Amino acid sequence: MQSNTLLLVILALAVVSYFFARHKAFGVLKSNGSVSARHSLPAHYGYLLALWCAIPALAILLGWKLFEPGVINGMLVDSLPQQVVDGGDSRIGLYTNDINNLVEAGGIESIADADKQAAAQKLVSLRSASRLVLTVLVLAALLVSLLVGLRHMQPQTQARVIVEKFIKVILVSCASIAILTTMGIVLSVLFESIRFFQQVGFWEFVTGSKWSPQTAIRADQVGSSGSFGAIPLFTGTMLISVIALIVAVPLGLMSAIYLAEYASARTRSIVKPLLEILAGIPTVVYGFFAALTVAPAIRSMGESIGLSVSSESALAAGAVMGIMIIPFVSSLSDDVITSVPQSIRDASFGLGATQAETIRKVVLPAALPGIVSSVLLAASRAIGETMIVVMAAGLAANLTANPLEAVTTVTVQIVTLLTGDQEFESAKTLAAFALGLMLFVATLLLNVIALYTVRRYREQYD
Amino acid sequence: MDEAQAVLDSIEGTVGEIAVDNPKMSMRDVDVFYAEKQAIFGVDLDVANNEVIAMIGPSGCGKSTFLRCLNRMNDTIPICRVSGSVMLDGDDIYAADQDPVLLRARVGMVFQKPNPFPKSIFDNVAYGARIHGLAANRAELDDIVVGSLKRAGLYEEVKSRLDAPGTSLSGGQQQRLCIARSIAVSPEVILMDEPCSALDPIATARIEELIDELRENYAIAIVTHSMQQAARVSQRTAYFHLGKLVEVGDTNEIFTNPQHELTENYITGRFG
Amino acid sequence: MSDTTEIVKASLARRYRAERRFRFYGVLAITISLSFLAFLLISIVFRSIPAFTQSSIHLDVALDAETLGVSENPDYAELRTANYSGAIKKAMRERFPDVSKRKEKKNLYSLISSGAEFQLRDHVISDPTIIGGNTVIWLQADDELDALVAAVDDVTNIGDVKTRLNEQQRGWIAELQQAGEIKTRFNKTFFTNGDSREPELAGIKAALFGSAWTLLVTFLLSFPVAVCAAIYLEEFAPVNRWTDLIEVNINNLAAVPSIVFGLLGLAVFINFFALPRSAPLVGGIVLSLMTLPTIIISSRAALKAVPPSIREAAQGIGASQVQVVFHHVLPLAMPGILTGTIIGLAQALGETAPLLMIGMVAFIVDIPAGITDPATVLPVQVFLWADSPERAFVAKTSAAIVVLLLFLIVMNAVAVLLRKKFERRW
Repeated sequence: MQSNTLLLVILALAVVSYFFARHKAFGVLKSNGSVSARHSLPAHYGYLLALWCAIPALAILLGWKLFEPGVINGMLVDSLPQQVVDGGDSRIGLYTNDINNLVEAGGIESIADADKQAAAQKLVSLRSASRLVLTVLVLAALLVSLLVGLRHMQPQTQARVIVEKFIKVILVSCASIAILTTMGIVLSVLFESIRFFQQVGFWEFVTGSKWSPQTAIRADQVGSSGSFGAIPLFTGTMLISVIALIVAVPLGLMSAIYLAEYASARTRSIVKPLLEILAGIPTVVYGFFAALTVAPAIRSMGESIGLSVSSESALAAGAVMGIMIIPFVSSLSDDVITSVPQSIRDASFGLGATQAETIRKVVLPAALPGIVSSVLLAASRAIGETMIVVMAAGLAANLTANPLEAVTTVTVQIVTLLTGDQEFESAKTLAAFALGLMLFVATLLLNVIALYTVRRYREQYD
Repeated sequence: MDEAQAVLDSIEGTVGEIAVDNPKMSMRDVDVFYAEKQAIFGVDLDVANNEVIAMIGPSGCGKSTFLRCLNRMNDTIPICRVSGSVMLDGDDIYAADQDPVLLRARVGMVFQKPNPFPKSIFDNVAYGARIHGLAANRAELDDIVVGSLKRAGLYEEVKSRLDAPGTSLSGGQQQRLCIARSIAVSPEVILMDEPCSALDPIATARIEELIDELRENYAIAIVTHSMQQAARVSQRTAYFHLGKLVEVGDTNEIFTNPQHELTENYITGRFG
Repeated sequence: MSDTTEIVKASLARRYRAERRFRFYGVLAITISLSFLAFLLISIVFRSIPAFTQSSIHLDVALDAETLGVSENPDYAELRTANYSGAIKKAMRERFPDVSKRKEKKNLYSLISSGAEFQLRDHVISDPTIIGGNTVIWLQADDELDALVAAVDDVTNIGDVKTRLNEQQRGWIAELQQAGEIKTRFNKTFFTNGDSREPELAGIKAALFGSAWTLLVTFLLSFPVAVCAAIYLEEFAPVNRWTDLIEVNINNLAAVPSIVFGLLGLAVFINFFALPRSAPLVGGIVLSLMTLPTIIISSRAALKAVPPSIREAAQGIGASQVQVVFHHVLPLAMPGILTGTIIGLAQALGETAPLLMIGMVAFIVDIPAGITDPATVLPVQVFLWADSPERAFVAKTSAAIVVLLLFLIVMNAVAVLLRKKFERRW
């Protein structure tokens, strides 16, 4: 049977068992009206039997579908002719792809290449065998679990407790997906990075100052051994992020101060959402705007005063990014400023301080930890921002601190390395994961410090 | 509601002598409104130099609100409106040419809950002097801080750790720090809004001693919910009820021989 | 008057100046931020205007079988492959008979879009009987013509407007305009076509469908999971290390750069689980992992806002904890949860970077029909067009952005309305 049919069978059987068990439970409860027999509703028995029926079969089906492609592919590769296997991973990949396509297209008999025909036949037979085994397994699981479930359908079974336990297990699993995701990120990035560092030394990567990831596609090509010194990317990322923060911190902080301390409730209720729109605009829009409007404007401004400005200057990308992260600074700063207790403002006013003096000398120092963490979060946002720099910053890995020149960033290089036509195993592709690792670690550190600081701050005033 | 209204209507004018010779502050016909709701009704009262005047009354009687009018702290509440005249040395503090910053430098305030700034002990006391530019150099600033701490009776306890955060002190010490902070500006009047309500009895006793000592140099108005405290620290007492000033007089007089029925009820503990 | 009074009085003017200055900085910061926002939006809307109109040229095309290269009674296959572009070129030559040089002819033909032949083809296929006679048809003009006509009133006197059309071509255009044979109307193509290399034929339909499929996957995955996670953390989670770990993870995931999620998608879903590249399925999975923290955090806030008295009331009549949550707390928190979900989905709709990683940058002409078809999404389409050299793509890009922003505005407006309507003060 096809897996879709199997799924339908499972679900149909689950529904049937629900109604069956519920009906039966109604009968028992009617004849035995004591309170202890009413521990669970008939529907609970229905759910219980349906779960018994469906869960094992569904688990088998899902697991099978998850691992089937990989396993079949592995078995197919084992049976490939020797010369293909010798051709390396990319050759095998192309070959299996080819065979997959041939099988999808149908008409295996007409394949000219005998090896390919054999492989295609192998694939077809593997697939049909897999389908058969799966069908048998699923049906058997359905039968067994249904029988076991029926044996549990006794009046003394605490159906509600079991069903609720199951619900809680689902809830815990859903909550744990956050941990799984983090693990997935760490493992996938770390795993590929380790493979990269086997090809390119770790120290060469973090201390090298030359970045040109073009590796030779053929062995006889000249001068394309590729060098993976990531220092220019790190400095480029820093340069653009610093420019962004120079724009965002004063604007965001002053906006937050004004909204929290001076603005009327009405102004605040209008301006605050408007400012937050800045964070809601897709970054690709900022990228387009930076490349099309801001960069040329900065360039012509620079030229009018005799400066040579690159058309992909760090300044353009950084300034636009700065505007984007204003809300990250202003929202959190606003929160922490508002949470400074009114009593110490009163104390300052009571001594005859003006409002600005109170804000500058009492409120801001008190809110400083929170403000610092808002800046750290904004910095982490800037480092990880991709589209603006992909569209408005350059590709050339210049080692410079001049904001008028073009620099490239970690995220730009990740995108460039992974969107080209490259085989997955090459150092070039793996380098993207090594960069991803650096990015992940850097932003994680910033976030952890920021969250820790803000939590300490909150505890102080709660 | 109607009963309260009836009581409110029954209070006509203030029993006792509201005026003093040479008043430091002099309030006449003060009304306070929060939006539409009137909180204070036509209060007349004088505050004399070198005296402690206690304001007592049941919760919600408006005594704190009235106190906050005296240095315009109510300005920070947008819906609050004050009418009538509040004179400091003969000048109306609500007049257009009067400045709240200058006023608050002259009329200091100590709040119900100790509210030290999250700064060091030194910076807390130095704050007022710094914003007003009272010290020309570091040495003068040191003098102001040490002097204020001494007068607040806190210096001996904290002299070795002036850099420690003000929030690290105990509740009673924090409140004395706040008093030191107020007197560092050399105000003429100090307003105290239930300064001991968050403190234990021992700390309270220290503050009360302090208030008595401070009387030599300042006019002090203190709001308190404790009649014993009023009896211990004040020379004159004003009894507020539902936003009206019911009775004013010599503290001993008020506590031993109240004239108004409401005052008597309160003092004898029949409500409050 | 004491010393204090004198000193304070002397400093008052300076201090109030500082006060006003400080306040002014606040107003200035807000003004700068908001005017940038306004400038950004206005400039993009302004640039997008040309993309919403489309010029076409009125042409009298002779459909003789010989020019089309078909038999007298052509069947469908023949009609599909007939030489329509030849017929159009011939019609153009007849319209401007004095054009004879090879190069001039080429210039003349370039006024008509290369998509015009398909327009003619569809026209003929819908009524094959017109073969042998003449047909009058409005054919799509080239994007350069489009842009020029939109930019200036008099094409022979263009001032400093940049165009690739030479003087002669502009002369022809002027002639057509005077004869009323060029008209400009609403650009339906933009909403009914997929991507194209030709700006005048490029549309966002494929990208819209791609976005819709991707968002569907995102919603189906992230909503139930996020609600379950929020319920667990808010209602059931014991105070222990595992709960702490989950909370820390959620907070951190909310701030992980989106491109890192793209790397996760590439390594895990495409390389390990061998799911199809460029497909809304993988895009949706990646985006749902990204939006989970947002939805979980707002769902928790919504659950927290339900007062404990409701829980106690239900527990008091003997409901189990699960029943309390699912019968009482969850329904009351639902508006808040939905609001958070919509905001999370709006974020996902605008996301680009992680989708680049999983191959959704392909040049997709066909409308995706399911979640495993190759597809692209609206923001990625914006990215692709922004990279295209043809100037007409600037307008198309801006127009695609306008459409994207409209969707975001609608989603956020719904979220705000939902919150307003169901906001409850306990």
